[in-house]
Amino acid sequence: MTLLGKLDWSAVPLDQPIIMGTVGGMVVAIVSVLSWVTLKGYVPYLWREWITSVDHKRIGVMYIILALVMLLRGFADGIMMRTQQAVAAGGAQGFLPPEHFDQIFSAHGTIMIFFVAMPLVIGLMNFAVPLQLGVRDVAFPTMNSISFWLTASGVLLTNVSLAIGEFAKTGWFAYPPLSELQFSPGVGVDYYLWSLQISGIGTLLSGVNFVTTILKMRAPGMSYMRMPVFCWTALASNLLIVAAFPVLTALFAMLLLDRYLGFHFFTVDAGGNAMMYVNLFWVWGHPEVYILVLPAFGIFSEVTATFSGKSLFGYRSMILATMTICVLSYTVWLHHFFTMGASASVNAFFGITSMIIGVPTGVKVFNWLFTMYGGRVRFTVPVLWTIGFMVSFVFGGLTGVLLALPAVDWQVHNSVFLVAHFHHVIIPGVLFGCMAGYNYWFPKAFGFKLDERWGKAAFWCWFIGFHLAFMPLYVTGLMGMPRRLQHYDVLSWQPWLLVAESGALVILLGIIFQIVQLVVSVRHREELRDATGDPWNGRTLEWATASPPPAWNFAVLPHVDGLDAFWTKKQRVLANQEPAARPRAYQSIEVPKNSPVGFVTAFFAVVGGFALIWHIWWMAGFGVLGAAVTLLAFMFRTKDEVEIPADKVGLFDRAHSVEVSL
Amino acid sequence: MNVAVEMDAVRHGELLDISEAGPAPKRIIAGFGFWIFLLSDIVMFSALFASYAVLAKASAGGLTGAQLFDQRNVAMETALLLLSSYSCGMMSLAINSQRYLATFLGAVVTFLLGAAFLKLELREFQGMIALGATPERSAFLSAFFTLVGSHGLHVTVGLAWLVLMMVQLSLRGFQDAVVRRLHCFSLFWHALDIIWVLIFTVVYLMGVLP
Repeated sequence: MTLLGKLDWSAVPLDQPIIMGTVGGMVVAIVSVLSWVTLKGYVPYLWREWITSVDHKRIGVMYIILALVMLLRGFADGIMMRTQQAVAAGGAQGFLPPEHFDQIFSAHGTIMIFFVAMPLVIGLMNFAVPLQLGVRDVAFPTMNSISFWLTASGVLLTNVSLAIGEFAKTGWFAYPPLSELQFSPGVGVDYYLWSLQISGIGTLLSGVNFVTTILKMRAPGMSYMRMPVFCWTALASNLLIVAAFPVLTALFAMLLLDRYLGFHFFTVDAGGNAMMYVNLFWVWGHPEVYILVLPAFGIFSEVTATFSGKSLFGYRSMILATMTICVLSYTVWLHHFFTMGASASVNAFFGITSMIIGVPTGVKVFNWLFTMYGGRVRFTVPVLWTIGFMVSFVFGGLTGVLLALPAVDWQVHNSVFLVAHFHHVIIPGVLFGCMAGYNYWFPKAFGFKLDERWGKAAFWCWFIGFHLAFMPLYVTGLMGMPRRLQHYDVLSWQPWLLVAESGALVILLGIIFQIVQLVVSVRHREELRDATGDPWNGRTLEWATASPPPAWNFAVLPHVDGLDAFWTKKQRVLANQEPAARPRAYQSIEVPKNSPVGFVTAFFAVVGGFALIWHIWWMAGFGVLGAAVTLLAFMFRTKDEVEIPADKVGLFDRAHSVEVSL
Repeated sequence: MNVAVEMDAVRHGELLDISEAGPAPKRIIAGFGFWIFLLSDIVMFSALFASYAVLAKASAGGLTGAQLFDQRNVAMETALLLLSSYSCGMMSLAINSQRYLATFLGAVVTFLLGAAFLKLELREFQGMIALGATPERSAFLSAFFTLVGSHGLHVTVGLAWLVLMMVQLSLRGFQDAVVRRLHCFSLFWHALDIIWVLIFTVVYLMGVLP
């Protein structure tokens, strides 16, 4: 049937019980959530307050919810791989057939990087950066909503691949020639490419939005050297997004042209060059590592300073280190493939730059340590995640320095030693950072704290589980175990892989505790309520307003006269040098108007993406046209702001009486 | 944006320290944001340039650049595009002084020059395809059609945008939002010139080097 392109009933893997079970569970979950929402009459509320919202705080929260849901999916893939490798030794084949195992490791990597780490980091930046800058929204609020919904479109398409068709079997970086039509004729690679193209546009727009926000919209008096460190790291991260994601877009466009129109960028014949893909992929891919980890470094900085009750040690060196990493991140990409066959001098160059980039990171670790030194450290959940990070990340970084030696890298290239290394930097670096941020800013977002005891239990499970799961992989890696094995014959690896499996189970317990933490906190929200807007005795501007902040963030824009302006003000009030509040003159405030354009554009993006994957050309045209018409209609809107009258602003401000005049 | 409107009252640059001014006015934010977007677009082109540079000699036994490129045609294309940038600049001046007739005239000239550029480019593509030099023929041709075609696609989008802006201008007059978008359009149009100058150099001039 050509009306539906390549799509027919054989696309649904009815003979695969694991996949069909998962799909069934997902469908039941989605249908029950949707019907519960509809029956309770929440749909208008959700539409008005969340789906069409252009408020950076709401969009941030939605990003984080999306990421946490996808964390479950990505983790499920991970634990399936660990279980398979724990059992499939010697003659045993385990429970996953090779073609399914291949899809799982590809989906695990893709999901964890693009749909867990990225939305977590972007969500936290969305939530916190405008508040920390003391302004009322990002530079382009509607575009922000479009960014979010395009990311969600990519997520949806990736998950659809589970039920209809297949996902890529090429690893998360889809190297050609394997990912070319000749060797991957199925729709898996197309799902991968279109999901990431669509969500990548969203990410790029986010980057443009945040660079503009940070450089052009700051509270009066907030010069660059008075910006909180998280804003600096967010700036560095978004500069990297703007400079790296277009490379990925161009690269995937080239692979798509190869697959759809018979071009020869990366094919084995007609002069194509597969190594060019690998180079360009990592020209994006290595900055991507820092796109993820720099904001996490910013969170650690905020957390350390706040809970040590001291200003950050070496603020300027921290910023210098951040911007140095930002630049150097473009000089190391070749260390991902020292085995390409470049000359010794090329490999030496990239080996040395890879070691140099560890120096500014080391500076940061010392800055955090010296901030804590002599401080009155409160061991809250965010601090535990931070200390856990520092302990583990140093080890992860050291294995990275090992891998930066081309001679060593040749020995362990593509082994699970590498797998252990990058999990050792990404999980403590990015995930622990985001978990610290989640616990740290949760009371700001919802007005009550998260439960400490369950939070600590979750941390310890993650911390212990993580080491149990990945330390053994260093050993098997050195014993010569390649990555991505569906089964193996070397029985001496199995005990180590059983330990790794037990680690994955402990992490599972950590995830369960985190869900429990959330449920318990919501149920006990009255006891955990924070009425002050400043539960942690914070230092930066987000704590100077109510929790949750009103749509306009600040009734009167704060005036900043130094670093840690909010903290300084509190100290002056405590010393009776300054009155707590000044008489405030309220003015009407214009806030950006809600808009369905992001949601509708994303709907058409999903339709168009799905159609392109399955070669349903009429439907692809419909999707593209729909998205274009939506954006056109948006361009012709007459009113994009609503005015909030001064008395309403005043009423809220007086009722909460927490916003601090600066 | 609320804040920006509020700050418009304070004249930008009148204050001693720029950071004391608070959030920039909306006009500046829009233009600045669009610049950042254009930079990202230029990065995308740089990836296409890099792949072209890698594959430029990979003609796989097919026709090479030296055999295919017609310098006269390219010189005409360049002249048309640069002239359209000039008329686009004239249009910007007309917008600044809010003169409708001059703005429309500038837009019509810009559109016609851009369309003529596209026409020449398409004729070049057709001629190459007629010789059997299709993008499926070799890696060199894949990279060539992608790089030059992406620029052509940008020009096409620019032309559609220009038409749309003229519709908005005639419906709404010189409203702030319309002027901001026209300003972004002219940034876009000039950026396409920068890309073209590089294409002219890297593809067409270096392509015929012995």
